[in-house]
Amino acid sequence: MLELKRVSKCYAGGELALNDVSFNVSAGEVVALIGPSGAGKSTLIRCINQLVQPTGGEVLLNGTRLDQLRGRKLRMARRQIGMIFQNYALVERLSVMENVLSGRLAYVGFWQSLLRRYPPDDIRYAVDLLDRVGLSSMLDKRADALSGGQKQRVGIARALIQKPDLLLVDEPTASLDPKSSRQIMRLLCELCREQSLAAIINIHDVALARQFVSRVIGLQQGRVVFDGTPDDLSETVLTEIYGMEDWQEPGHD
Amino acid sequence: MTDPDTSLRLSNARQGMWKPLPAITQRWKRLSLNLAVLLYLLLATSSIEVNWARVSQGMERGIAFIASFARPDFLSRLDEIGLGLLESLTMTFVATVIGTLLAIPVGLGAASNMAPTPVYLFCRGVITISRTFQEIIIAILFVTMFGFGPLAGVMTLAFATLGFTAKLLAEDIEDVRKDALEAVKATGAGWLQWVNYAVQPQVMPRLIGLSMYRLDINFRESAVIGIVGAGGIGATLNTSINRYDYDTSAAILILIILIVLFSEYLSGHIRRWTA
Repeated sequence: MLELKRVSKCYAGGELALNDVSFNVSAGEVVALIGPSGAGKSTLIRCINQLVQPTGGEVLLNGTRLDQLRGRKLRMARRQIGMIFQNYALVERLSVMENVLSGRLAYVGFWQSLLRRYPPDDIRYAVDLLDRVGLSSMLDKRADALSGGQKQRVGIARALIQKPDLLLVDEPTASLDPKSSRQIMRLLCELCREQSLAAIINIHDVALARQFVSRVIGLQQGRVVFDGTPDDLSETVLTEIYGMEDWQEPGHD
Repeated sequence: MTDPDTSLRLSNARQGMWKPLPAITQRWKRLSLNLAVLLYLLLATSSIEVNWARVSQGMERGIAFIASFARPDFLSRLDEIGLGLLESLTMTFVATVIGTLLAIPVGLGAASNMAPTPVYLFCRGVITISRTFQEIIIAILFVTMFGFGPLAGVMTLAFATLGFTAKLLAEDIEDVRKDALEAVKATGAGWLQWVNYAVQPQVMPRLIGLSMYRLDINFRESAVIGIVGAGGIGATLNTSINRYDYDTSAAILILIILIVLFSEYLSGHIRRWTA
């Protein structure tokens, strides 16, 4: 469904953030993208929805070259891709419901969204999603009144209301405590299974990635250095991705 | 934990009916406020009296004034214009420097996260006084005190700069990132060291931007306060208008515009350079 062919990104300063990255993700597949800070994980997922323009290679979603789209066609393609962010990226001064409904912006016209006249189906689906993430009683709360875990749940609802085929998830748990982190990862993976959604999850917590996903891609200095199951993530592989360190962390199973 | 309103709105939303919560929740308050605003607007509009005969006369005079821009006369009063501009520029620079230097301690004192309450109230008081009076009124006071000439002008502009810069600086100081304040305080640094290490680096771009902006406000103001006798190009401009010498007035206004444009360009550069 998603194909990356020899994708590269060279920033204006000459720094090569992605170097010849190729992999495929099939429908409903959840992939964890691991690697040290600065390995290019964020750049990679942003190259998929063209928030960052790749400087080489091809990005195909359901056979369409995303890297060649502009304007309205690009917006229609972005609509199929939901994004979830590390620091939630909610619009803090809007209510929970408005944040969730903002996921429908590419489906409704400007005046409709300005007057907040969303179609009844959208509103019903927004409430269903809020029920699913356990926040429907908060619909009128302002987003800045929520806790971190709650904000991330709203972020998930906002991404899912787009009815995407693919979720791009950028460090969903980096700002959360261990318990909320597990809850968020579990929720994400359950939702992907229920809706047979594909997802790419950037995550630097290797243990957490192992616990929840079936495929792991390791990135090191902009290159794919590992692509396999969590069980194949041996100490040698981790050393290759992250460098020398004692990987026998406590609580490791 | 769900109050009745929320559960009603939630069950409506389940039916597909949802509107954002209005800013004023009580319906009658919201409606009467809207009505009051509308009524006021109608009354205010209807109270404006327009004397169309006077407007058509005035149009001609206005056009004559604007038409003189097409033939500005830089030469016949060249000496006066040159002296006036030089005086204005000097006034502007001196007043901006003095005003900004004074605004730094007052701005620090007027930031609620920096100063104890008595100091805060005193500094806010200074700012309020400076900002309450329009430059012309202050200029009239200083002209009365110090006599005609640029000294009164410098005092006026410095005083106005103090209020303006201190207020905006104080607001920026109140918005600085708390974690850096806490971290530097945790090292056991003294108050001045704290300000120098935690606050100054964060507000410096703003302070530089404000002082550059104030520099060009002060130049424009110097043209206005000259009219009440505070020296500078304003005095020259006033004399030419009084003599119906609109061609010279036009020349002066064009020069003012050019200098303001140039300072705009310069301040953009300086802000980028110091960012």
